[in-house]
Amino acid sequence: MRTARVPVPLLVPAVLGLIFLVLPLVGLLARTPWSTLPARLAEPRVVEALRLSLLTSTMATVVCLILGVPLAWMLARASFPGRRLVRALITVPLVLPPVVGGIALLLALGRRGLVGQWLDTTFGITLPFTTAGVVIAEAFVALPFLVISVEGALRGADSRYEEAAATLGSTRWTTFTHVTLPLVAPGIAAGAVLCWARALGEFGATITFAGNYPGITQTMPLAVYQTMESGDLEGAVVLSLILLVVSVAILAGLRDRWLTAP
Amino acid sequence: MSPALLDARLVVRRDAFRLDIELRIAPGETVALLGPNGAGKTTALRALAGLTPLVDGHLTLDGRDLSDEPPERRPIGVVFQDYLLFPHLSARDNVAFGPRRHGMDRTSAHAVADRWLDRVGLAGYGRRKPRHLSGGQAQRVALARALAVDPVLLLLDEPLAALDARTRLETRGELRRHLAAHPGATLLVTHDPLDALVLADRLVIVEQGRVVQEGDAATITARPRTDYVARLVGLNLYRGRGSGNTVTIAGDFALTSTDSVEGDAFVAFPPAAVALHPSRPDGSPRNTWPAVLADVQHHGDSLRLRLDGPISVAADVTPAAAARLHLEPGRELWVAVKETETRAYPGDG
Repeated sequence: MRTARVPVPLLVPAVLGLIFLVLPLVGLLARTPWSTLPARLAEPRVVEALRLSLLTSTMATVVCLILGVPLAWMLARASFPGRRLVRALITVPLVLPPVVGGIALLLALGRRGLVGQWLDTTFGITLPFTTAGVVIAEAFVALPFLVISVEGALRGADSRYEEAAATLGSTRWTTFTHVTLPLVAPGIAAGAVLCWARALGEFGATITFAGNYPGITQTMPLAVYQTMESGDLEGAVVLSLILLVVSVAILAGLRDRWLTAP
Repeated sequence: MSPALLDARLVVRRDAFRLDIELRIAPGETVALLGPNGAGKTTALRALAGLTPLVDGHLTLDGRDLSDEPPERRPIGVVFQDYLLFPHLSARDNVAFGPRRHGMDRTSAHAVADRWLDRVGLAGYGRRKPRHLSGGQAQRVALARALAVDPVLLLLDEPLAALDARTRLETRGELRRHLAAHPGATLLVTHDPLDALVLADRLVIVEQGRVVQEGDAATITARPRTDYVARLVGLNLYRGRGSGNTVTIAGDFALTSTDSVEGDAFVAFPPAAVALHPSRPDGSPRNTWPAVLADVQHHGDSLRLRLDGPISVAADVTPAAAARLHLEPGRELWVAVKETETRAYPGDG
């Protein structure tokens, strides 16, 4: 068999790029204190942060699904004036630095924010620096991932199935629940996983909007940061390792969708 | 003709294309909408189903004005070209989908579905997902699904086009039986003349968004009115001005027929009626003219020749005759058509 020779100007940067991506992970694994690992994993601070992270990112994903799937449907199936503008607005949080997102959330939902003020005086609800605030910060950052992913799935799905359903007497809502959703379920699942992973790793918006209180708003990334700041490198490595394991698990779960090259 | 169940004038505009056709279908009648690709057949079907809005015209079915009703409120069943069976539902749930949406409970809807699957010969296939059905089976499930809602109007979009030749033959016969049993009106969209001739009571020929001819199969095959129809039924067709037994076609070129016709007229003859001679034939029959061979193609057991001359004509010859004539493009031949083989008929009406 004859294999085509890879040109050196392509091969060298490609290999360097690969090393660049893999090396830090190797460093992380090399410095992991394997002997004390079980004991460190059982530390209440670690368990607490992990529990909070899993809880908030799951809730953020649920919020994103409830709001994001209908939004994606509107973008993919309904025609209304300003649809392009809406899509542009949705992608803003995607490119916005999360810290800026956190400040924006404070200005909107903070105690003296646009809506936050009213929430506080009318219902006595305060969002910043609460676990609910963490969920909101994570959902804000993760929602665009879900919307874009589900919209793509909807556009890829054959809308003539929906027409067939209509000719059988199905209203648009029943068609959505009985035909559209089952058809794009794999796309929604992939979007939800992506969304969950983004929420799990969220740092900037969370620390700005929800603060960094252990047990209430201190999620894993925040715990990594604080442990590192306090000079406990080993502790930071352990927490990072957990996040790495979770990320790899997600990747493994999605391998059929993204890792099989065309 | 019995009073029409469907009475429609469909006007649809899509970019530069404009469809404007009138359709009337009696109860129990099957009408085939036949035409070349892009003629607007599927657009007409979509307009009837409510999937494409009318810009003008009207649509009355069983005395009810449907022009502004959404598809889900029209008593219409559709069999789509590639069936569009819901891939996530079993055959049975596909058929039960319509009855369920019409308010039937699950048990009754399943009973209806089982009955329909039985009628199309698929009892026992109910649990299969569409991807585990053959093309012919999927077609029958699609038919059962469309009929399970008891539609007043059944629409079929190229129902046999996706099947291989053998399955098509079997399914066509079966479909004919089901269409005959359907008490409502049926509209069949097809570009296959055989489907139309076998399945329909009446043909409506559409070209470029307009009805160019309609009638029963015998009339249309005997008296085509456009080149498309003539090619479908395998006839040479020319339009000209008739005077007695002569129809003048182009300049002073005329064909004679035993039929007599006055004014605007068509004259038609089959390619097999064309005789070819290497030189001017003796005894000179009436319709004789010199022509140049333009093209040769296989056509069943014979060869179909296309000849240019005062009129362009298709001729069928046997391979033996072809060998004798030394056929090659550019060869000059004499064409003769007996006047008893040509048919002339009025062009207007």
